[in-house]
Amino acid sequence: MAEQITGAEMVIRALLDQGVKHVFGYPGGAVLPIYDTLFQQEELEHILVRHEQGATHMAEGYARSTGKVGVVLVTSGPGATNAITGLTDALLDSIPMVCLTGQVPTPLIGSDAFQECDTVGITRNCTKHNYLVKRIEDLPRVLHEAFYIASSGRPGPVVVDIPKDVQFALGDYFKPQTHTDHKSYRPQTEGDLEAISEAVDLMLKAKKPVFYTGGGVINAGPDASEGLRELAELTGFPVTSTLMGLGAFPASSPQWLGMLGMHGTYEANLAMHDCDLMINIGARFDDRITGRVDAFSPNSTKIHVDIDPSSINKNVVIDLPIIGDCTHVLDEMIRLWRTRTNEPRTEAIQPWLDEIESWRKVGCLGYKNSDSVIKPQYAIERLADAVKDRDVYITTEVGQHQMWAAQYFPFEKPNRFMTSGGLGTMGYGLPAAVGVQVAHRDAVVIDIAGEASVQMTMQEFSTAVQFRLPIKVFILNNEYMGMVRQWQELLHGNRYSQSYSESLPDFVKLAEALGGKGIRCEDPAKLDDAIAEMLAFEGPVLFDCRVEKLENCLPMIPSGKAHNEMILPDTADIGNIIDEKGKSLV
Amino acid sequence: MNPNLRPSGSAYFLTTDTTKIERHTLSVLVDNEPGILARIAGLFSARGFNIDSLTVSETEHEKGLSRVTVVTVASPKTLTQIKLQLERLVPVHRVHDLTDEGKPLERELALVKVAGTGDNRVETLRLAEAFRAQVVDASIESFVFEITGRPNKIEQFIALMIPLGLVEVVRTGLAAISRGPEGM
Repeated sequence: MAEQITGAEMVIRALLDQGVKHVFGYPGGAVLPIYDTLFQQEELEHILVRHEQGATHMAEGYARSTGKVGVVLVTSGPGATNAITGLTDALLDSIPMVCLTGQVPTPLIGSDAFQECDTVGITRNCTKHNYLVKRIEDLPRVLHEAFYIASSGRPGPVVVDIPKDVQFALGDYFKPQTHTDHKSYRPQTEGDLEAISEAVDLMLKAKKPVFYTGGGVINAGPDASEGLRELAELTGFPVTSTLMGLGAFPASSPQWLGMLGMHGTYEANLAMHDCDLMINIGARFDDRITGRVDAFSPNSTKIHVDIDPSSINKNVVIDLPIIGDCTHVLDEMIRLWRTRTNEPRTEAIQPWLDEIESWRKVGCLGYKNSDSVIKPQYAIERLADAVKDRDVYITTEVGQHQMWAAQYFPFEKPNRFMTSGGLGTMGYGLPAAVGVQVAHRDAVVIDIAGEASVQMTMQEFSTAVQFRLPIKVFILNNEYMGMVRQWQELLHGNRYSQSYSESLPDFVKLAEALGGKGIRCEDPAKLDDAIAEMLAFEGPVLFDCRVEKLENCLPMIPSGKAHNEMILPDTADIGNIIDEKGKSLV
Repeated sequence: MNPNLRPSGSAYFLTTDTTKIERHTLSVLVDNEPGILARIAGLFSARGFNIDSLTVSETEHEKGLSRVTVVTVASPKTLTQIKLQLERLVPVHRVHDLTDEGKPLERELALVKVAGTGDNRVETLRLAEAFRAQVVDASIESFVFEITGRPNKIEQFIALMIPLGLVEVVRTGLAAISRGPEGM
C-alpha cells in the first residue's frame, strides 16, 4: 500500500495531476495547511491576489484564453463570499473554473465559528456543482470529479469546500481515472445525425440564411472555430456573432456582419430579423440579443446547436434542435454538405447578399471624429491599428467601452476576447488581463476599461506589478458611468443620478504609486505616440485616455423594440434604404 | 442620436405567458447526497417555478438512490424547462413526467386528529370506516386516523371532519409511480 498523505498534499497532487500550472489565491486560517504544502514545492505557481474577486476573474481570463480550467484557492468565510461574484460570472458565461475554499474544521461546522460561512449553501445556485468534503476518503475522487465537471459538457465553475481537519487528515491518494464515467452526469456531446442531416437540407434550400454564433463555439475549442470558418466558406452564408463568440469567425472576412444584439450592427440585426433560416451555433438567445421576443426574426426557420438541452426553447421557439458539442456538429455539417455539393451557394442567395450589402452601406458604426477631443471609437481604432501585427489579447470591463471594443476592435482569432457577457461584472477586465498575461507571458494583453469599472478591482494592478505581468490598462475616461448615463439620457430625462465619476484619482500618479507606469492623453494628435509609448513599456501601464464625455454608444436597439427598430448614429446614411415609416423608427 | 425618439420602458422586454397552466407530477431519481433537497428546492425558487408538493425519501439503499416526487403547476413550455433544468443538476439521474406518460398512481398519507364527544364520535367513526381510515390512537375525547389515498379523497375526508371537531392534520405529500411493468 502506498504511503498515506495529508489532505493538503492531496490537493496539490491532484492539481498537478490535472495539469494545473497556476493557482490564483489568497491565504487565510482555514487554508493554511494547503498553503504550507504549496510552499514546499516548485511546480505550481501561486499568484497572490489583492482581493478574492480578483482571483476569480483572473482564473476566468486564464481559462478563456487557454481553454484550460482556471483554479482559485481561497479561505473560508470572507474568502469564499468574496469569490461569489466571479463564480456567478463564470456560471453565466460558461467558464471552466475550480474554486477550492477552506472551511472550519468539521466539528465546528454549524457553530458560527470564526470565519465560518455556509459555503456550499451560498454557492449552490452560482456554481455548476459544489462539494463539501467531510471525509478524507472522498477527497481525491471529488477533486478529480470537480475538474471533469467544470470542463466537460457546458463548462462552469465548481466549488470544493475542504474543512481544515480534512486538510490535516491522512489518506490514500489516487490519480485521475482515464475514463470518467460519472454515475449521473453524462453530457451529450455528439449531435443526432438525422437532425444534422435535416439541418443541411434546410441550408441547401434557404434563400436568406444567416449563421448566428456564440460563446459555445469558443468553449468547444479552436477546432470548432476552424469548423465554423470552413462551413461558412463552403456555404457562402453570412455570419454574425454574440459578444461572447467574437473571434470565432474572422472580422476581416467579407462574410462577417459584425456583432448582433442591442449594440450590434445594423446589417447583423436586420439580417437576423429578415432571414428565412437562422443557424444558431452555440448561442443562447439572450435578451440582449433577441430584443422583443415576439418580434424576433418572425419569418425564419430556426436551427439551434447547443450542448445544454435546457437552452433549447428557453427564450425562443426552435424548429430544429441539435444537442451536441459545436466541434462535432460542425464537422458533421461539413461532411454532409460535401456529400451534397462542392459549390458554395453564394450565387443562389445573391439577392440576400445584395440586401445585406445595402444595409452595410448605411455605415452604422460611423461617428463624427474630432480634432480637439479624442472620440472613444477613434481611440479603439487607433489601439487596434497599433497592435495589428502583435500577438494580442483584449479584456474589457463592463459598459460603453465594452461595447465600443466589441464594435471597433477586429477580432481574428478565438480566445482573444475576454469580457463579462452574461453577468455584466464591472471590474472584470483588469484581473482578467492579469490572468491572461499569466498564461501568455509574451503576448500583448490590454484591458480596454472605463474609469468607473476599473476602480472596482484597481488593486489588482499591484498583483500585476508583483508578478511582472506587463498588462496595459487602456482607460476610456469620460468621467461618467457612461452606459448608466446613456440610459438616463434615453429613459430618464437626462437626470444623471449618481452616474458622474466624482473625485477621480489621478490615474498617472496612481499607476506610479502602485509601481507601474501612468500615461495620460487628451489630444487626438498625440494619441498614436502615447499608445506606442504604452506598448513599448515593459511593465504594467495605466493609460488615462481622456475621451468625449457625452458620447453615446450606437447603434442601439432600445429595450422593448425589435431588431428592425434600431437607433442609428447621426452619421448613418439611411436615405436610400429606409422608407418614411422606417425612418420614424430608427 | 435621433432626438425625437425617446424610447420608454425598462431595460427588459417582458412577455406574459398566456398558455394554459397544467398540474404535473414529476418523478426525479437522484443520488442521495447531502444537500440534494436544497438543490432541487433552490432550483425551483431561483427560476420561479412552483412547487405544490415535494416528497423525498431513499428508495434504493445499496445504490444510494432517492426518489423525489414533485407536483408542479406550470405552462407546457415551463414544464419542459423544469424537466431540463432538473436534469442539469449533477446528482440527478433521470426525470420523468409521470402525468405525460399516462395516468400515474398517486397516493398520499395523512394523520388526522379529531376531538369530540357524544354523537360526533359515532359519526366520526362511521365516516372513517367509509373512507377506510384506520384509528391509530384513541382517547376518551379524541381519535387520530391514518388515511391513505389520492389527495382529493384525503381532502374530502378532512373537510368532513371539520364540523366533527378536527384538531389538526399532517400530510406526507404525494408519492407517485407509473402504471404497467416498466420502471424508471
